[in-house]
Amino acid sequence: MENKPLLEVKNAGIQFGGLKAVSNLNLVLNKGELVGLIGPNGAGKTTSFNLLTGVYVPTEGDILFNGERINGLQPFKVTRKGISRTFQNIRLFNELSVLDNVKVAYHSLAKHSIMSSVLRLPSHFKGEQEMEQKSIEFLKIFKLDIYKDELAKNLPYGQQRRLEIARALAAGPKLLLLDEPAAGMNPQETKDLMDLIAFIRNKFDLTILLIEHDMNLVMGVCERIYVLDHGQLLAEGSPEEIRNHPKVIEAYLGEEVHDVNA
Amino acid sequence: MKKSKQFWPFMIAAVVVYAVVQLLISNGMMNQFYSNTLIFIAINIILAVSLHLVIGITGQFSIGHAGFLAVGAYISAILTMKLHLPFIVAILVGGIVAALAGLIVGIPSLRLKGDYLAIATLGFAEIIRIVFLNIDAVGGAAGMQVSHLTTWTYAFVCLVITLIVIVNFTNSRHGIASISVRENEIAADAMGINTTYYKVIAFAIGSFFAGVAGALYSHNFYIIQPSQFGFLKSFDILIFVVLGGLGSLSGAVLSAILLTVVSTYLQGYPETRMIIYSLVLILVMLYRPKGLMGTMEITDYFKLWRTPKGGGQHGK
Repeated sequence: MENKPLLEVKNAGIQFGGLKAVSNLNLVLNKGELVGLIGPNGAGKTTSFNLLTGVYVPTEGDILFNGERINGLQPFKVTRKGISRTFQNIRLFNELSVLDNVKVAYHSLAKHSIMSSVLRLPSHFKGEQEMEQKSIEFLKIFKLDIYKDELAKNLPYGQQRRLEIARALAAGPKLLLLDEPAAGMNPQETKDLMDLIAFIRNKFDLTILLIEHDMNLVMGVCERIYVLDHGQLLAEGSPEEIRNHPKVIEAYLGEEVHDVNA
Repeated sequence: MKKSKQFWPFMIAAVVVYAVVQLLISNGMMNQFYSNTLIFIAINIILAVSLHLVIGITGQFSIGHAGFLAVGAYISAILTMKLHLPFIVAILVGGIVAALAGLIVGIPSLRLKGDYLAIATLGFAEIIRIVFLNIDAVGGAAGMQVSHLTTWTYAFVCLVITLIVIVNFTNSRHGIASISVRENEIAADAMGINTTYYKVIAFAIGSFFAGVAGALYSHNFYIIQPSQFGFLKSFDILIFVVLGGLGSLSGAVLSAILLTVVSTYLQGYPETRMIIYSLVLILVMLYRPKGLMGTMEITDYFKLWRTPKGGGQHGK
């Protein structure tokens, strides 16, 4: 482990009324790692993502990003610090074109003011052109540029997933959180997605935290895995360790593993 | 860029429309009734387009627009009648004060969503109306005398400025950010958009132009009364936007023209007026459930003709 970790979650937790959705969450992500977060339904995986991105404010503990405390920051500020995410249920801007979806992510990188846009000053044209060029270049990386004028809602499901990842990357993150990117995909699409994740990770020098139910994908790409159950961290380790961890088998892989062993 | 190519045709069309109408008025070929209707149409378009920015673009369901209309109307009337300032100053100050009122109302209430925001804005608009009702200096319920200063020139210039500002705002990164708030607020937030900022800004710009419309409105009649700015007025403006198609600027403009003309003509039949007006609304909603224009703009149709292959992808 060289110097300090990119993301450090210390005993973070959140309580909704009497329900402790997540408690004592401890995560450490080093630069460049690809880490999985798994757990049965309702284990608190997405809640953890919401804690990391500022959607929820943790009721206990601390979240440090690059050594800086980010709990309590509003989501857009967290994004500007360099954490961006995709959603479990796709949340594209349906009535915007594919190009505009990516432009939204470039929004905070452009600087021209409302006044300059209203008066159509040179800085407006310069800024807009820059956004457009960058966005198109970006879509090319994801091979989505052929759809650029299509409304996002008209894209096929797999492409919508890709667009969501592209959009999250356009926001310029250091840490990318992917919430079940392979949900609803067939094996071929899942494989393409795995390749895509490996590709963007190298290309953009990213650290990735991945929630996934597809064990092939998780075991295949992740270097380390955290297991959550009932809002508690159950285990941590390499895919191999997790596969053989008795608690994990009990809580999560239970039946399947018995079948395999039988 | 491509949007600016539409700018000069738009300006030329605007100058032609203005010149023709102005010529007809100054020749006496167009009587007072028609010129008044045209001014009224211009005012209603300003109102419709300003609310379109709030509801259609930013997706914040505000139904208190008449409140900001009232602020503009009263503030400008006070400036011209009590302080004897020129009309142009009154229009500007009316807009600015309305924008400030928009900020004061918007900052707390834009935390709310959907129905709750609608009720909050409705409540604020009623508060504004009741404040004017209880200030004796502006005549209370009896109303305030205002001299007739609104001319076709004032109305039309204000209309063109409103359209330019709102179109330019919409076709920029700020407009896309506002639309992203409408489309999915959580995702917009996650993409680094300061959603509160854009909601408040859209609300303030919308209020500003409602205030400008208010100044034109009050100086178009000889008297203003708080009862003219009740929630029914808010609904009238809302109907322009919804009927035109949420998210379509040209739809808002078209429906403002259509409904103003319909309701002006129906003034001759006071017994059946509201029945026919309501029937028009019901029919449009039955046959065009997404509004007259849906989410399309007039310019989209031109594009359709020019590039047939790209057109159909727009969907409904």
